[in-house]
Amino acid sequence: MLPSLLIVFREVFEAGLIIGIVMAVTSSVPGRGLWVAGGVIAGVLGACVVALFTGGLSELFGGSGQELFNAGILGFAVLMLGWHNVWMARHGREMAAEMRAAGQAVVTGSKSLAALAVVVMIAVLREGSEVVLFLYGVAAAQGGADLSMAAGGAVGLVLGAIVCLLTYLGLITIPTRYLFAVTSTLITLLAAGMAAQAIAFLQQANILTVFDETVWNTSWLLSDSSLLGRALHTLIGYVDQPTAMQLIAYAATLAVILVLMRLFAVPPAQRPRAA
Amino acid sequence: MIKRTVMRSGRSLLAATMLASAAILAAAPACADDAVTLSLEIKDHRFDPAELHAPPGKPITLRVKNASSIAAEIESSDVHFEKVIAAGAEATIRVRPLQPGRYNFFDDFHHETQGVLVVP
Repeated sequence: MLPSLLIVFREVFEAGLIIGIVMAVTSSVPGRGLWVAGGVIAGVLGACVVALFTGGLSELFGGSGQELFNAGILGFAVLMLGWHNVWMARHGREMAAEMRAAGQAVVTGSKSLAALAVVVMIAVLREGSEVVLFLYGVAAAQGGADLSMAAGGAVGLVLGAIVCLLTYLGLITIPTRYLFAVTSTLITLLAAGMAAQAIAFLQQANILTVFDETVWNTSWLLSDSSLLGRALHTLIGYVDQPTAMQLIAYAATLAVILVLMRLFAVPPAQRPRAA
Repeated sequence: MIKRTVMRSGRSLLAATMLASAAILAAAPACADDAVTLSLEIKDHRFDPAELHAPPGKPITLRVKNASSIAAEIESSDVHFEKVIAAGAEATIRVRPLQPGRYNFFDDFHHETQGVLVVP
């Protein structure tokens, strides 16, 4: 029971952190629960498909199929997160004003919701495929799922869901006027972390071979496979032995998103003047 | 005004990206025809062999067969790889040339399964 509990918990908790953040980011948009739920369901279905085709996927592209797939979907998630932040920088203010005035469902909100729902789907798909493969393998080896494995998996799932809930509840206690800044920072860090992860897969596939020296080794301080290490890995992209290329990608993603947010922010001339 | 700024910065971003890609491709090392191939099997929650040896400075091709009935995720922080291998399947991991040292790897689904790649 313990192995299935631990593995399920580990993966669910990583996806749970992302889902909790997305739920908090969109807390003022009505109907976002449906979008996020849709993302989760799509992710679970996708995870089953990926698990089913793991063998075939690995064989593609001269044995680098898995790495390219992971780099691809992570890269796409980075684009979605970046787009969300830029879009909110442009439309966030007008959206909040509209909602206060009308107090009803806002169509413009659904565009950024779609992008975040895709991010949720990608997170659930990545973590979920490992859970599916692991549980399926254990069940196959035992000749069928037994109570102990199912119980372990269920407890792991519940614990992971609790992490998601705690993340969400913790974030929504932030006063509204700071919430936008905090959540857009979290989203930017999530994107930078995922970009570094995508680079790691490209380096693993030997598609990217420059700047592959390990820049530092802080595994003595915090291993990225420990629970706290995994949390920081998901939230801010912490890696205990990053390569130079990963750091470059991390910094570049931060820079690009911040610059684009600046560029697209509502110009001062269009904001109401105090004087 | 924003549109013009975006157009201009868009063009310079594109130019910068092309230059960067050209530089990266130019710096990429030549084909690895002299790669060393090592074979590894995962069975009964153990790596067989648990200790691998490879010469320094040569690219390594690691062929891993998962001979157990449960999926494994072979991972290494030291060497930077992470790959899920379904039960009964085989996977290839290409490792860049390494300096002398001991590089640990493990099965992320079963942490007791540990192995080490020794480069003298």
